[in-house]
Amino acid sequence: MTRLMMTVNGELRAVEAPPMTRLLDVLRLYLGLTGTKEGCGEGECGACSVIVNGLLVNSCLIPVGQVAGATICTVEGLGTPEQMHPIQASFLKHGGAQCGICTPGMMMAAVHLLEREPHPSLVQIQEALAGNLCRCTGYQKIFDAVRLAYAAGGEE
Amino acid sequence: MRADATEYELVSPGTLDGVLALLAEAPGMWTPMAGGTELMVQFGAGRLRARRLVNIFGLAELGGISVGAETIRIGAGVTYTELRQSPVIQAELPLLARAASWTGSIANQNRGTLGGNLVNGSPAADSPPALLAYEAEVVLVSRAGGERRVPYAAFHTGYKRTVLAAEELVLAVEVPRRQWTHGYLRKVGARQAQAISKVALGAVARCVEGRVEEARLGLASVAEAPFRCVATETALAGKRLGPELVEEARAALEGEIAPLDDIRSTARYRRQVAGNLLEEFLRQIMAAEGGMNDGA
Repeated sequence: MTRLMMTVNGELRAVEAPPMTRLLDVLRLYLGLTGTKEGCGEGECGACSVIVNGLLVNSCLIPVGQVAGATICTVEGLGTPEQMHPIQASFLKHGGAQCGICTPGMMMAAVHLLEREPHPSLVQIQEALAGNLCRCTGYQKIFDAVRLAYAAGGEE
Repeated sequence: MRADATEYELVSPGTLDGVLALLAEAPGMWTPMAGGTELMVQFGAGRLRARRLVNIFGLAELGGISVGAETIRIGAGVTYTELRQSPVIQAELPLLARAASWTGSIANQNRGTLGGNLVNGSPAADSPPALLAYEAEVVLVSRAGGERRVPYAAFHTGYKRTVLAAEELVLAVEVPRRQWTHGYLRKVGARQAQAISKVALGAVARCVEGRVEEARLGLASVAEAPFRCVATETALAGKRLGPELVEEARAALEGEIAPLDDIRSTARYRRQVAGNLLEEFLRQIMAAEGGMNDGA
């Protein structure tokens, strides 16, 4: 067992877990943050994407022992139903979610892109989201939601 | 079967000395783990044999890209994201910057490291063709032996086997700052994005007045390990560019590679495509050198 501290969505949290426990499991099972999903469990699908120290990562491939002291943002940290993050509002407005399993990861990948490039081209969006698979294949509306997240009035 | 985390150890000494001391105490007992993009996949599937892992991700001594008078030194812990975003790598080692940009997804590029890519030893890895073409050297370090250097072309000794000793760590990769007039990197996979290569070629050449003075060629996925095509380089050296040289070089390449049939492709396809990539490189040179392309 290792006891470590990390800042999750702005709150300092203590976790006591075997250090090889996947960050994904720490978030979901230890901290109850079930917005982060498990898809493939092998770094191919991006459903478990979170942001660690400002960088997008697959939380299924990170042992918690590697993120002691880290700052972590999950989908729960983006916004609330009352005060949505622009990407959440845009996914809602443009139909970016179907079954919803990929949605949290898609939004984390989108936020990672938008923080660097608020007005990305379609090619930039496609590359940024290439590690996130949508089993409903609703990619076009997801691309629209990302492209229009910071557009004036949310329209073209 | 899902792995049980309680059956594994992971320690974080926090310094290079601490890691090397651990490796030296009981060689073979500890397995270094950097970004985890390979080992954590095995762990998740319940296939990770190593039970004691030592965390090397983010170690300061393994980080950084520095430019010397004659070489560029890349810390083994440098990630693909750092490689592709580095102005120095983009300007002086553009093939490596491109290879980094097409290795996996952004999330994996944020974690995967150059050293990890080499130690994992996959014949299909993305950075080796560029490193072979650029004649990289690998700097290894251990507590007892200090640093030693190995040409990257001699680093792999077989399928997923390397010269790295159990108490050693890859410290850095050094690439000589040479002047090449032409460069080429192309990966052929099942699709454009995030596919593991069926064949990939990295190549550089220095040409003067329609003649190849020197060329360096590295291929992925055509042998048990990343492969530098020395016989083909020799066949090209000092020769006048033209359709005859294309044929000679293809013959030399097909004579020195021994690709395998596996789940991703066949030996026959790989042999054909490796030759096609080489031909494409040579024809690009001829087109750039002006009016030498015979139109084929």
